[in-house]
Amino acid sequence: MNKGLGIFVAAGLAAAFATISHAEELTGTLKKVKDGGTISIGHRETSIPFSYYDNDQKVVGYSQDIALQLVDAVKAHLGMTELNVNLVPVTSQTRIPLLINNTVDLECGTTTNNKERQKQIGFSTNFFIIGTRLLTRNGSGISDFPDLAGKNVVVSAGTTSEKVLRQMNEAKGMDMRIISAKDHGEAFVTLESNKAVAFMSDDAILYGEISKAKNPADWHITGTAQTNEVYACGMRKDDPAFKKVIDDQMAEMMKSGEMAKIYDKWFNAPIPPRSVVLGVPLGDEMKKLYAAPNDIPLQ
Amino acid sequence: MNYNWNWGIFWEPTITGEGRYIDWLLSGLGWTIAISLSSWIIALSIGTVLGVIRTLPGRSVRMATGAYVELFRNIPLLVQLFLWYYVVPQLLPLDWQFWLNGLDPRVMQVGSVVLCLGLFTSARICEQVRAGIEAQPGGQKNAALALGLTLRQTYQYALLPMAFRIIIPPLTSEFLNVFKNSAVALTIGLLELTGQTRQISEFSAQIFETFLAATSIYFLVTYLVSVAMRLLERSMRVPGFVGGARS
Repeated sequence: MNKGLGIFVAAGLAAAFATISHAEELTGTLKKVKDGGTISIGHRETSIPFSYYDNDQKVVGYSQDIALQLVDAVKAHLGMTELNVNLVPVTSQTRIPLLINNTVDLECGTTTNNKERQKQIGFSTNFFIIGTRLLTRNGSGISDFPDLAGKNVVVSAGTTSEKVLRQMNEAKGMDMRIISAKDHGEAFVTLESNKAVAFMSDDAILYGEISKAKNPADWHITGTAQTNEVYACGMRKDDPAFKKVIDDQMAEMMKSGEMAKIYDKWFNAPIPPRSVVLGVPLGDEMKKLYAAPNDIPLQ
Repeated sequence: MNYNWNWGIFWEPTITGEGRYIDWLLSGLGWTIAISLSSWIIALSIGTVLGVIRTLPGRSVRMATGAYVELFRNIPLLVQLFLWYYVVPQLLPLDWQFWLNGLDPRVMQVGSVVLCLGLFTSARICEQVRAGIEAQPGGQKNAALALGLTLRQTYQYALLPMAFRIIIPPLTSEFLNVFKNSAVALTIGLLELTGQTRQISEFSAQIFETFLAATSIYFLVTYLVSVAMRLLERSMRVPGFVGGARS
């Protein structure tokens, strides 16, 4: 163990001398990663198809594939031969505190890049655009948001969908009864057990939930998208050196077509755990994002 | 730590247009107190009756209450809650299910939580009441019976009043447990204190302020309950019995 560590440190030092000589002194996350030889990646556990456990309890997904490539870019930038990747599961509640207290260095899951969160953390280039829509059972009679008046509707607690739905309820006096389920899985169970007529969420999440359903053919997604949001990787704010490495790699992946390949792998091919094909073609908004990478929040 | 503190967040209007964040926090506290008190009433009534039964002579009733206790205290609270909320309604006739699902969702949520917490805690209170009765020397019961009291009167006037005095400290802990356990309600979407705290921290991104506020509220309420129960214990003390010598 000690010997291994010694070699590891020696390798790290050698690499450091090799590359640092020409570069400015490292700061922030880059310094932490270099010194510790480890980068901690925050991931989600059940956010299909972005970041979740497959049948072998391995973290997989669109966001996870991106995260791994970003790790490679950090490793190359620091000139390291060896970089340990520490995978840390996070939830909606823990992702921001864990970034702030240095437990996680980079969080890639289904985190919306918005102005409230920008007060606390920084965001990479956006990597996905979603619209918030409705999931409902075939024959439920729900085709768009006005049909929800006076009905029970479920959302995942703390999501933008909940915010938008509550705003709509207040503004239009729709008398909806909104159930704030603990997470996406719980929200879908609430819908499946008929405690709500519809589940409002990011369309990509809803496709993921359908893929887990007992009978995927019973469900469909409907309604006019109420808001568009962008997903990005979270990092500590005011760390421009680290952000530049991440953003450059993200832009590179988008321009080279690598990102579109990852997209197809998760949205147009069979995915674990049940080999369902989500079948969501790459939309115009996403094509625009890939053509012009940016980190601007939509909310 | 690179964190942007803002203690004024509670007085800012919520992002959804439903009042201020402090209103969410208070509404959460309201639900927490309502759930805790209702569950406590159920737990104390059922627990007392079963505790008494567990000390009665009849073997079969003793075994039946024993089974009840083991069932409710050995299954994790969260599992029980999911059973009450998701599984039990599915066993009802279809038109009942339809009617229940059409109600305000809070009816089902509160009903499940109160039933779940009440029954879970009743199993624990049952054991404490039994302990309180059995802690008294056998002479107590015999003396009461010798005085010509019926069995019922013996329990009512001699055994139970003493038993409750003996078990005030563990009952206090039990009530505080109900109060804190009520946070399981957030798993079925009822926005009690912890649920609202998570909501506020998600929507405002002022995570530390919100959780610190919730922690203080929980602490304050539980501390007040502890103090009140200690006063109650002192005022109910019978000289010569448990801790009574000091009065």
